[in-house]
Amino acid sequence: MSQKQIAITASGLTMRFGTLVAVDNVDLEIEKGSIYGFLGPNGSGKSTTIRMLCGLLTPSSGSAAVMGMDTRKESESLKQKIGYMTQRFSLYEDLTVKENLQFISEIYAVPRKERKRRVIELLDLFKLTDREKQRSGTLSGGQKQRLALAAATLHKPEILFLDEPTSAVDPQNRRDFWEALFELAEQGTTILVSTHYMDEAARCHRLAILDEGVKVADGSPRELGESISSHVVEIEADDPNRARLCLMEKNEIGSITQLGIKLRVMLPKTISDPVELINKHLREANIEAKTEQVFPDLEDIFVSVTQQRRKDESVEAAA
Amino acid sequence: MKSLVRIFAIMRKEFLQMSRDRLTFGMIVGIPLIQLLMFGYAINTDVRNLSAAYVDESDTHISRQFVADISASQVIIMKQRVASVFELEQLLDAGLISIGIAIPDDFDRRVLERDRQAAQLLVDGADPIIAGVAQQLSAMPVRFDSQPKQPQQAALLEVRNYYNPERRSAVNIVPGLVGVILTMTMVLFTAVAIVREKERGNLELLINTPIKTPELMLGKIFPYILIGLIQLTLILALGWYFFQVPIRGSLIHVLAAALVFIAANLSLGLLVSTVATTQFQAMQMTFFFFLPSILISGFMFPFDGMPAAAQNIAEFLPLTHFNRLIRGIVLRGADISSMLDELFALALFMVVALTLAILRFSKRLD
Repeated sequence: MSQKQIAITASGLTMRFGTLVAVDNVDLEIEKGSIYGFLGPNGSGKSTTIRMLCGLLTPSSGSAAVMGMDTRKESESLKQKIGYMTQRFSLYEDLTVKENLQFISEIYAVPRKERKRRVIELLDLFKLTDREKQRSGTLSGGQKQRLALAAATLHKPEILFLDEPTSAVDPQNRRDFWEALFELAEQGTTILVSTHYMDEAARCHRLAILDEGVKVADGSPRELGESISSHVVEIEADDPNRARLCLMEKNEIGSITQLGIKLRVMLPKTISDPVELINKHLREANIEAKTEQVFPDLEDIFVSVTQQRRKDESVEAAA
Repeated sequence: MKSLVRIFAIMRKEFLQMSRDRLTFGMIVGIPLIQLLMFGYAINTDVRNLSAAYVDESDTHISRQFVADISASQVIIMKQRVASVFELEQLLDAGLISIGIAIPDDFDRRVLERDRQAAQLLVDGADPIIAGVAQQLSAMPVRFDSQPKQPQQAALLEVRNYYNPERRSAVNIVPGLVGVILTMTMVLFTAVAIVREKERGNLELLINTPIKTPELMLGKIFPYILIGLIQLTLILALGWYFFQVPIRGSLIHVLAAALVFIAANLSLGLLVSTVATTQFQAMQMTFFFFLPSILISGFMFPFDGMPAAAQNIAEFLPLTHFNRLIRGIVLRGADISSMLDELFALALFMVVALTLAILRFSKRLD
């Protein structure tokens, strides 16, 4: 393949609100046509980063370029190339579905002849045709979100910024929504999506994990899984509670999460045979269990990298 | 070309939203209607029917005739007769009467000898208008039917009342109300226009589109100009119907003056909208501007009677200039070309307010 084309770059992107550092020295490089995720809890700086990349907020320091355009100086010409779906539904609730899309098509000055066709096309694509005369304020969460995505993609932007697009949407609608995103990506749209759902983040081509404004890790879900400094062992025990209590006493265990009758245990990479170690502990405590080493999922990765960062910080503070 | 499409898009959206918001729709018609009827009937500077009481300690037929004459003037309504000046003062204190008439027991002698005032008026002088009425009453002659009627001395000056010979307050009030109502509704409409989008989250989407600030501002102004003209028509028509307020000048001139005035107020509203962060703040700011507009623009009190400082401040209020224009055109039949400086002042106000609004409005969130 030819060399990668870059849609978004950022270096040292920082945003301070008073004494709070909302985004701290974030570097980014996002490939064209990919779906890139921002994973992080509320308040981790996802929205602020997106707003800086859109040119809505001026970074306190650092810089970013979107489609080669500087977000500080060229934010106006950038607007035609980007689509932005806000976290909160931001279309007009007192206009109908169709009126909203017509309004957006005029605001983007879509050529007159294409306007009507494009609106009908989008209504059809996002299954809103039978709702076109309904006021958008009365739509369900999933319908609102489809309408918002339709509006954000109406002018065929090269880059889509989606700020927690699925927070008010049921699982089926979420699945449909992601299918639509993959279709857009296939057509060459670069998509940057923020989320705090692990399963959504796992669908991204690449993602960055943000914690308190700091990018603690980035890469594809696979790379991230390989890179973390922990083994993950899954334990299936008849009495998971006893098994948990037994393992919690051992200091080489990083963290234990209970999922139904299963336990997920994280151990440092420095242990050569984590399964054997756990089996040994369980045998000593007379607990029957099946153990198996598994590939870390995003939740494991997330816990691991944020814990790692806290540890580093306390080491720094001590030194 | 693209700009026109975008301005038109904003306009159409504003109209759609307006037609769906019953409160806004009610304000367009309801405010002019209610305020016109309320102020038209209530504001009356030609005072009549003030409550009064009297004490007549002489109780002669001259004093009774005097009381009857005063009552017949219709300026006061004689509520009751009391026994002493003290009681009169009590009524005055209690606010039950505005004027008390005290006739002493030697009233007849005082009237005849003319060396001292014959009777006393006790006036609630806190209100200068009532005090003014008392001045008129004090000039009332006392008749003695025992004497032949003296020829009235001719007044030095003859009063010829131009433009409003019947001295009806409504004639002056209604054209002024056009300005007051337009100030209130126009500033308020646009003051909340952008703040509302801020509050509802629409603005974050809007500023991320290629729309330019002047396009947004103009798109927000144009629909309300039409609303303003509807209100203008409504007020003038109702004023003509209910209060027989004539329109002596040209309707085109009225329209021209109103257009510039409406645009000036809408621009001010937009400026407010870029400063305020909530609709409540926007309303507070509007009223901060609205109250002086009513009080010192010449709508309530004659402009020339105000202290120079107040006059200077009033020159910065669009309503001051519009009052001169509309009263001139509607009541005096003046030609707008004789008042171009007023029109220019309004246009200047509009340009400054709109420019500030455009400069203040940022397509960024910080």
